[in-house]
Amino acid sequence: MTQTQKKKSNDSSAKKHTKESASPKSPSNGDASQEAQSKGPAMFSASQKQASAPTDQRLVSGGRNENGRLGVHKTYKMWVGGKFIRSEQGRVLSLRNAEGDLVTHYVRASRKDLRDAVGAARSAQAGWSARSAFNRSQILFRAAEMIEARRETLIARLQEHARMTVEQAALEVDGAADRMFWYAGWTDKYVQVLSSVNPVATPFFNFTIPEPTGVVAIFAPENSPLLGLVSMIAPVILSGNTCVVVVENIAPTLAVELSEILATSDFPGGVVNLLTGLRDELQPHAVHHMDINAIASCGGNEAQRRSIQEAACESVKRVHFFEQPNSLEAWAAEDQQSLYWIVPFIEWKTAWHPIGV
Amino acid sequence: MTTKTQEEKASTRDMAGLLFGDLWDYAPAPESTEHVRYAQRYGHFINGQFVDGKDYFPTINPATEEVIAEFAAADEAEVDRAVQAARNAYDGVWSKMKPAERAKYIYRIGRLIQEKARELSILETMDGGKPIRESRDVDVPLVAAHFLYYAGWADKLQYAFPGARVSSLGVAGQVIPWNFPLLMAAWKVAPALAAGNTVVLKPAETTPLTAMKLAEICQEADLPPGVVNIVNGAGRTGAAIVNHPQIDKVAFTGSTDVGKIIQRAIAGTHKRLTLELGGKGANIIFEDAAIDQAVEGIIQGIFFNQGHVCCAGSRLLVQESVVDEVVQKLRIRMESLRVGDPLDKNTDIGAINSRAQLEKIHELVQSGVDEGAKLYQSSCSLPERGFFYRPSVFTEVAQSHRIAQEEIFGPVLSVLTFRTPEEAMKKANNTPYGLSAGIWSDKGSKLFSVAGAIRAGVVWGNTYNQFDPASPFGGYKESGFGREGGLHGLKPYLEVR
Amino acid sequence: MQSYRLPKIPTVDQVQVEARAASFTKRSIKKETKRAALEMAIQMMDLTTLEGMDSEGKVQMMCKKAVQPMIGRPCPSVAAVCVYPTLVGVAKRALEGSQVKVAAVATAFPSGQSFLPIRLEEIRQTVAEGADEIDMVISRGAFLSGEYARIFDEVAASKEACGEAHLKVILETGELGAYDQVRKASQIAMDAGADFIKTSTGKVSEAATLPVTLVMLEAVRDFYMQTGKKIGVKPAGGIRKAKQSWHYLVMVKETLGDDWLTPDLFRLGASSLLNDVLMQLERLETGHYQSNLYFSED
Repeated sequence: MTQTQKKKSNDSSAKKHTKESASPKSPSNGDASQEAQSKGPAMFSASQKQASAPTDQRLVSGGRNENGRLGVHKTYKMWVGGKFIRSEQGRVLSLRNAEGDLVTHYVRASRKDLRDAVGAARSAQAGWSARSAFNRSQILFRAAEMIEARRETLIARLQEHARMTVEQAALEVDGAADRMFWYAGWTDKYVQVLSSVNPVATPFFNFTIPEPTGVVAIFAPENSPLLGLVSMIAPVILSGNTCVVVVENIAPTLAVELSEILATSDFPGGVVNLLTGLRDELQPHAVHHMDINAIASCGGNEAQRRSIQEAACESVKRVHFFEQPNSLEAWAAEDQQSLYWIVPFIEWKTAWHPIGV
Repeated sequence: MTTKTQEEKASTRDMAGLLFGDLWDYAPAPESTEHVRYAQRYGHFINGQFVDGKDYFPTINPATEEVIAEFAAADEAEVDRAVQAARNAYDGVWSKMKPAERAKYIYRIGRLIQEKARELSILETMDGGKPIRESRDVDVPLVAAHFLYYAGWADKLQYAFPGARVSSLGVAGQVIPWNFPLLMAAWKVAPALAAGNTVVLKPAETTPLTAMKLAEICQEADLPPGVVNIVNGAGRTGAAIVNHPQIDKVAFTGSTDVGKIIQRAIAGTHKRLTLELGGKGANIIFEDAAIDQAVEGIIQGIFFNQGHVCCAGSRLLVQESVVDEVVQKLRIRMESLRVGDPLDKNTDIGAINSRAQLEKIHELVQSGVDEGAKLYQSSCSLPERGFFYRPSVFTEVAQSHRIAQEEIFGPVLSVLTFRTPEEAMKKANNTPYGLSAGIWSDKGSKLFSVAGAIRAGVVWGNTYNQFDPASPFGGYKESGFGREGGLHGLKPYLEVR
Repeated sequence: MQSYRLPKIPTVDQVQVEARAASFTKRSIKKETKRAALEMAIQMMDLTTLEGMDSEGKVQMMCKKAVQPMIGRPCPSVAAVCVYPTLVGVAKRALEGSQVKVAAVATAFPSGQSFLPIRLEEIRQTVAEGADEIDMVISRGAFLSGEYARIFDEVAASKEACGEAHLKVILETGELGAYDQVRKASQIAMDAGADFIKTSTGKVSEAATLPVTLVMLEAVRDFYMQTGKKIGVKPAGGIRKAKQSWHYLVMVKETLGDDWLTPDLFRLGASSLLNDVLMQLERLETGHYQSNLYFSED
């Protein structure tokens, strides 16, 4: 089904939002797309112009290639429950280059898409955490391999979509592969490191083990569309959590690229669900959602952070804020990975068992 | 065997009324050896290269007694070359490499083993005699898992010993046995490399083939030359490694006798040592156990890998109230064990690893008969060629019998009885060994209580012979010291301050 | 009358029994061994249709397939057809002159939630219609409430109502919750006179599995060792592929031995297994992989 065939939504608030937030620079020719708001700290802006007024609605890559062949354009979809979907609302956002030319569209997730993603994550959680640690580690290792395998594509995409230099893009991609690899190794180790046998004074065998907390909502970093995303997803899922990731950043299309990588790494559907869209639109529905167990947030503004903390009390969600490094080099540094990034998303279980004949 | 043995071998029909015959028999299902590749002659693997040796000895297929290939026996000079290569690789490359890169090399080895799993399984079975079902489903998957597991540790060492400073030791000399040739190589090499050491490894002289494939894999993984060196040979070669002054760490798996020699040999040197030696594992069946599953565990405990397992459950301790039922069901179960061609996918028990080992089993079984224990052997037929032995059970065994004291290292089980948990624990501990034990009971508190009382490094509750790279393995008492597996398996390869 | 008391029976360890059951799937069954297995599977099959939409026509067609599963090649008949009580007469007439038996599910199949006199009367009428075998269900609610004597009495009464007909007792293992319970239910059914114990109705999602069937085979073995009586076992439901059928046969061979490798003591209850078995046989015959287009639906 194409976007234009999609039935009109009855959701009046969404319509209102669309109208209000529609860029004045958008054409009034019935194009359903809207402009993405300017996102996050302008980390790479020193070497780049800020987006200026669009000069034309054609895709910059829409021409012909070096052989004169007309290209087949890729549609960027979201990954929910193991399927690549458009929004049920049929809305998209636009990604523009430094000159303001349209690079591509990507999906603007609705609150119902979020609801569906949480449902998919919940359905997948029991099965994912029941898999052996070895099996989960094999899947994460595979994901690292697949990032590596798509290295050139990802570098090109980061140049086009995130306006990175080739060196920056390589750092981002290699960092993402290495980070996934590093966390993959934790999958069958963190329990051994974090568990304890507790020397209680009575004749009981008493031990404490970590277990995944459940479904985690992740608000993705704004300035590192691939490495930052991997840095947040990997420590959450390796223990057996499933997640719903809301991506609003300099290049949300990279989240889609990552989802295509994860989808070919043997992840069961629903373990990772990636939504592109507007954090302000989706966050309220996520933080009030009663079937989300924890929230991981990176970046965001003061109001967004405060609203997460306030709303979390309704179902006593665990909240963890990741500090957003302010440079790509900082993201790639080893201090941006830690065993203790797994910990906010686990529960501790202590069991008592008698000892006696 | 003696005629007395034949008399003991009552037909199954008489025994339980069940008939395990050939109404529907399994046709031979041999694994094809067509696509396995190996050389006719191997020297050593030193500094990333296969090098020729001087004196060659054959390795045979114990199921056919045919020669597979020839291997060189390294002398002191060749061992010295290997140690120097390891030393140079340690000083020049491996100890300076970023841990994350060491991790990737070890990971590559793990992945390559997964890719070559079938070939490795077949070669392991050809060279060692173990059934293809086990090399395919147990040995080789565990080998890959072991490398993948320790790959993940290489760049996380600071988490293994919080608050301590860790550093690698240098060159590890490693000597491994013939019962799990490639798996023991993995248990030795993977943690050593992860901790930042380089190695000189010596496989057993009867099973050197898959170690040479591991050497090929190291080449394919582009592992820097000298990080892994493999020298072939027997005791003299092993002694040369152990005694080489530039070895910083010795790791040995094998018999307690040789372990003691090694411990004495390195006395007064700076060398660190871990030993994984013999065992005489007690497998304790309480009357409240799930009997059918316990019988399965007994089978798994003693007949896995023809009983060539240091942690084998070779002493069965059964509570008197259920001993008849347990022994009867054990004998029934033994009738469906298939002994024969190790390459046949339906074989449960393959070939005894060597003629010498077969003779040792014969000798010990004869001692059991002579000392008055009652022998039962399954009625299966044995192949005419090769080294094979029937699954065997001794009942009416006394704690003083040699078959209750000595490690037989074959498919021979000794059944003893007990009346109380206290007695079971005492009997289980009444041995200089302390590697493993099994406890079968439906009562959790009893499992923990007995497990706590047993002086053994691995205690299995309601299971037996389980292995996992995440789980430490090793012995108490004369079964050795040090652990392999888990984060505990890193410690013997690290200086932890 | 002294009410029934469950004898002491061994517990079952889930992990170990599942590992053992899985080991049977590792047997390599090739060529002649496979052909023999496939032919045994056909001979031991209770070809089943148990749908609300079953009609005389459907049952007549199935009976033809039961007698002659494959046209143009020698092929054994199945052991029995299994139908609802109202269609027993149809099946009986359709099978006249053949060796294929008629089995019928009775006793308020599949739930068993009706009054005992009605359930017994259902058995009597079904036998009167010509059923050779009755597949009854136990009252799982009563079993799970610990009313073992009631289960025993109901099975015993059903056996009596069967007269000459053989009684298969469906435990509906998917609703019993644990292997220990399967072992208990097996014991009660055998004590009460069951000729066969059967895993499932096929109407709940967890039907026959290898470990559940292994627990039942072990119960049968111990019962035989204690009483000398040979009880049959019938896994039913979820067995759709030929490969599964030989997994069961391997398990029977290695647990109970040769004596149980007969339709008198082992059956496979299945509705869609037959064609996969036929396709495998054809593949052995021709060396070519088959398409279901070339095998009649019923």
